[in-house]
Amino acid sequence: MSILRAESVTKLFGRKAAEAQRRLGAGADLEEVRALGVMPAVVDATFEVEQGEIFVVMGLSGSGKSTLIRMLNGLLEATSGTVLIDGQDVAKLSPKALRALRQNKVSMVFQHFALFPHRSVLANAAYGLEVRGVPKEEREGKAREFLRLVGLEGWEDRLPGQLSGGMQQRVGLARALAAGTDIILMDEAFSALDPLIRREVQDLLLDLQGRFGKTIVFITHDLNEAMRIGDRIAVMREGRIVQIGTAEEILTDPANDYVAQFVADVDRTRVLTARSVMEKPLVTVPANTGPRTALRTMREHQTSAAFVVGRDRRLVGKVTAEVIADAVADGVQTLDGLLDPGDLDPVAADTPVAELFARCAESDLPVPVADADGTLLGVIPRVTLLAALGAINTHVDEVLDEGAGAPEPALVKEGTGE
Amino acid sequence: MSDVLPRVPVGEWFDSLVTWCTDNLGWLFDGIGSVIESTVEGLTDVLTFLPPLALTVVLAVLALFLRGWKLGLFTLLGFGLIESMELWEPAMDSLALVIVSAVVSVAISIPVGIAAARNEAVSRVVRPVLDLMQTMPAFVYLIPAIFFFSIGVVPGVVATVIFSLPPGVRLTELGIRGVDPEMVEAGEAFGTPPNRILTRIQIPLAMPSIMAGVNQLIMLSLSMVVIAGMVGAGGLGGEVLEGINRVDVAKGFEGGLAVVVLAIFLDRITGALGDRTQMSRATAGKS
Repeated sequence: MSILRAESVTKLFGRKAAEAQRRLGAGADLEEVRALGVMPAVVDATFEVEQGEIFVVMGLSGSGKSTLIRMLNGLLEATSGTVLIDGQDVAKLSPKALRALRQNKVSMVFQHFALFPHRSVLANAAYGLEVRGVPKEEREGKAREFLRLVGLEGWEDRLPGQLSGGMQQRVGLARALAAGTDIILMDEAFSALDPLIRREVQDLLLDLQGRFGKTIVFITHDLNEAMRIGDRIAVMREGRIVQIGTAEEILTDPANDYVAQFVADVDRTRVLTARSVMEKPLVTVPANTGPRTALRTMREHQTSAAFVVGRDRRLVGKVTAEVIADAVADGVQTLDGLLDPGDLDPVAADTPVAELFARCAESDLPVPVADADGTLLGVIPRVTLLAALGAINTHVDEVLDEGAGAPEPALVKEGTGE
Repeated sequence: MSDVLPRVPVGEWFDSLVTWCTDNLGWLFDGIGSVIESTVEGLTDVLTFLPPLALTVVLAVLALFLRGWKLGLFTLLGFGLIESMELWEPAMDSLALVIVSAVVSVAISIPVGIAAARNEAVSRVVRPVLDLMQTMPAFVYLIPAIFFFSIGVVPGVVATVIFSLPPGVRLTELGIRGVDPEMVEAGEAFGTPPNRILTRIQIPLAMPSIMAGVNQLIMLSLSMVVIAGMVGAGGLGGEVLEGINRVDVAKGFEGGLAVVVLAIFLDRITGALGDRTQMSRATAGKS
């Protein structure tokens, strides 16, 4: 069962929120709601987050993502819809039960760190446990442990103001982890950091998440960040979730023009993996056939080399046309001893495409993709690789062409720089 | 003019309110009065227990410890000067009056300031009352104070408290409201109960502002010393008044100078205490 579930969560800001809610229910569009003087921050958001997953909510500023995350732990009350954490309806909890939920189940990391400037780094990291009433010695021991894990050993007695931004957010992370909650909400947690530091803490987060299996809901406006750390990504626009999927799904199969346009300038080579671009291997020769069969296969496909596979489609090696042609002339009956000694070195299915360019450039044969047992899963010919990179851009171009010349305003990306 | 607008007898209303209070709440005022009086007297006894020069040294060491050698030296010279001007006893009377007034004023203004910061309705009520207290000439509320408490130290303390409350309340409210909302949100996000958000997050973070309020409040108390002298509170105010009545420039100036010495001493000491709050150290640590 999913640990966190949001069902048609809606948040409307404004005096006539109730009226707007009614009209939305009756099928009114957002323009009509805005005309009432009501700001639709989040509209009908439904999603589930699985235990141990990093779920990223991605959207530009003003898309409602910060409002959404604050409804998950009840900092904001949803206008309608329900948020369930471990099956508990957050909106139905008494203030006391809600505090207990935040102490025990959901902690949070903030965009501007929100460390308490008058408390030492150690006291900040121990804060969640302190609120819960854990004795001083125990909570400080835990806090020290997590500060060490985020690389801040030796800084325990400093004040947050004496730390750099990156270090402060490590404290924020330690504070959330030390609280020992299953779920951690991260609101633009790394957005205030400069790019190099951001990468560092992203790696740290992935490492710690792998170690502790926390469930993380991560808000960001940075698509590359979303793709890098998210197991699944929800793309938000104007308060609505327009697509939920893995990074690859969103890249290769955008739900609409907006998403397509949005992902257009993502460095897809880092997101796409060998699995998503590989093709069925056409030129394979069973290991137990003779040179004649091999030569015929190569001729049929007009190639000068072929992969040799054993039983279970296990990759054995490759043969080249020259060697085979000589062998046929000499009347050799088996492929034994004819295999090219060159290194096959198949790549794993989850290798990022970025790492395949060099390989593709230097070999005539397609790059083989195999699993851990050496079973041939597919191959990546040079042409396929290049085509995959252009795929989505072509998709956007098609859409633009269909739109009869002038691009729709929806396709003009808002505030890419922020 | 009186043809157009009927005269609204605001003054008479206030007068009858004061009369009603003296008639019906006399027991309350007597109680308050005797508590204040005995406190001020007790404190004066404590301050005059040590010989003047010994207390001067004690205060100088305190100043040295809290602030540094400059204030220590100033204290030594300043209090020495007071003693040599033969104003020690009135100065200690005034110091006791200021300390008692300031403590009462702090005890009232900080809770009121906190309530105003947390509740918009309270804030809306408190603000005009503070304006009234601050701008109404002090002599005006000295008169009812005399009605309630008769002549002496007590109306002096009461008038001083009223006069010095506003900056304490205002700066407390401002300080609490000025706490970064993200801090409060962080407290809430970790499930902190409201009263602990106040005591562990808001008040410590607002401390520099609250201490500035306390400092201002003490300064205003001192400035009331002379006026308090007019209702028979004695002390340095009495000395200054005597100087004025007799057109004795020397006496008036000496009394005034002693007030200044006390003012500078109290200002620097409370300022130093303000710098010692956790929050001030936290911001000072930032490079």
